[in-house]
Amino acid sequence: MWANFKPSFNFVSAVLAVAAGLAVGLGGYTFIYAKGASYLTNDPAACMNCHVMREQYDGWIKSSHRAVAGCNDCHTPHSFVPKYVTKASNGFWHSFAFTTGYFHEPIRIKKHNQEVTENACRGCHEDIVQAIEGDQSMGRISCIACHATVGHL
Amino acid sequence: MTKIGTRLLIALLAAMAAMGGAALLVNIMEKKQEARNPFYRVVELDDNTSDPAKWGKNFPMQYDGYKKTVDQIRTRFGGSEAVPRTPTNADPRSIVAQSRLEEDPRLKTMWAGYAFSRDFREERGHAYMLLDQIYTERQTAVKQPGTCLHCHASVYVPYKKAGNGDLMAGFQKVNHLPYSEARKLVEHSVACIDCHDPETMALRVTRPGFIEGIRVLKASQGIENYDVNKMATRQEMRSYVCGQCHVEYYFKGPEKLLVYPWHKGIKVDEILAYYDETKFRDWVHAETGADTLKAQHPEFELWNQGIHARSGVACADCHMPYMREGALKISDHHVRSPVLNINRACQTCHRWPEGELKDRVETIQSRVFYMRNLAMDALMDLIQDIKKAKDLGRTDEQLALSRNFQRKAQFFLDFVEAENSTGFHAPQEAQRILGESIDFSRKGQNSLRELK
Repeated sequence: MWANFKPSFNFVSAVLAVAAGLAVGLGGYTFIYAKGASYLTNDPAACMNCHVMREQYDGWIKSSHRAVAGCNDCHTPHSFVPKYVTKASNGFWHSFAFTTGYFHEPIRIKKHNQEVTENACRGCHEDIVQAIEGDQSMGRISCIACHATVGHL
Repeated sequence: MTKIGTRLLIALLAAMAAMGGAALLVNIMEKKQEARNPFYRVVELDDNTSDPAKWGKNFPMQYDGYKKTVDQIRTRFGGSEAVPRTPTNADPRSIVAQSRLEEDPRLKTMWAGYAFSRDFREERGHAYMLLDQIYTERQTAVKQPGTCLHCHASVYVPYKKAGNGDLMAGFQKVNHLPYSEARKLVEHSVACIDCHDPETMALRVTRPGFIEGIRVLKASQGIENYDVNKMATRQEMRSYVCGQCHVEYYFKGPEKLLVYPWHKGIKVDEILAYYDETKFRDWVHAETGADTLKAQHPEFELWNQGIHARSGVACADCHMPYMREGALKISDHHVRSPVLNINRACQTCHRWPEGELKDRVETIQSRVFYMRNLAMDALMDLIQDIKKAKDLGRTDEQLALSRNFQRKAQFFLDFVEAENSTGFHAPQEAQRILGESIDFSRKGQNSLRELK
């Protein structure tokens, strides 16, 4: 009987509707279950949704910058569009790494993100570091090379 | 493509998206479960549970690491190499570590007349401590007391049993037994219960030698009645549990009571001053007749003089660094050289490439080893000279000064030689000690020259 099976237009529509509904429903539930909306906020607790960041979060709680800067203040650019581009890019790659399990332990910062952080230091401390950095003929000095523990260890 | 075909394709893609969503959902759920730090109390542990395998049922990850101390890996100046040997009835071991006496025959001269000159091998991991003690010639060819077990077996429960519940009484009783009899009271190498409270898993000190040793040390610093289990901080405990055994010690009097000689302080000079005051000697040197001392692995003492100790870095920070298993943060119970685990042991604080850090360690150790060889040569010269003077018929009175210099030179040299970091635990202090050792040896030679 399958040889003569010709799906009717309505039948196909129904299958499509069910499949799409499942995808949207599952996707939506996953988003809620994984606290997806929290990633749009500035709350440092959101970065700890995945336990992989727990040590950094614990370190930040004890750090000198705790009262003045959260995760986003140092790890995302300060203007709107670059901030959300960085969030989206890191969000995707962090999730990818954590889901697949392919990442270096202990975790390490990537070059681009390190630059974001170095810029963030200067965003607040520019008045002071201008004098230290001078003409930059020797290249840019890294703040966190010496001040590694101000954010978290 | 027909309209129906297009829709079927879209439906298929939607279905695949749903599958992907479900897979992601399950993965997130697993990760969330991981984050809950699951602990399953599979067995009940109490203050008499010696068997580490039982503890391992509740703490499988720590137990896995603990078992890995069977590994034999060389580092440049330490670690052990697995050397095959033909088992005999007297010694059924088919693998041992390399002989230090064969590596450096000068050690035989330094320890002439003492059991160490018969058999001395590189130490192996914690897993072998009991086995290697049972079969070393230092124990089989020489009659030793039960005291030795204090640090080569899990003795907490056996001591309590021997003392009818009183740890200190049991300790004294077992010290006094011959090794062969005391040996029957113990079953395991160092085990969980030796450092952990079975109720809370908090660190605790169970070795009577250290409880007493740290008490007299603190008293010398003006702190009376120091109780290590009540007064030490958690970070201090992360060194003290190791200091229970990785220390200089001696057997006091005919009772063979184990004593840590920290009454005047913990530096090599202060320890020697205590030995001089109590007129203690380990043995009489066979070639020179000097009253000599054997320093024993004073890791805790030397570390105390170094920059890491001063910065509050505990033994466990480098030798059992934190690691992640799933979402759990645990201490690596595979106790080993930090050089074998630079990533976790050093790079947590020192942000330099692994090669660079290893190079720094080996630079320090090479310099200390170079100086150790100079000190060893100087000691050999002194021993030769005293021997010659003795053969020429010099009296004990005439030789007394040079013999005392030998005692000093030898103890200082051995303090660095027996210490298991080739000076790394306190590089400048190690060099100072070796420098003084050379000075003692040469002064000893001069004192003979002045004899008329």
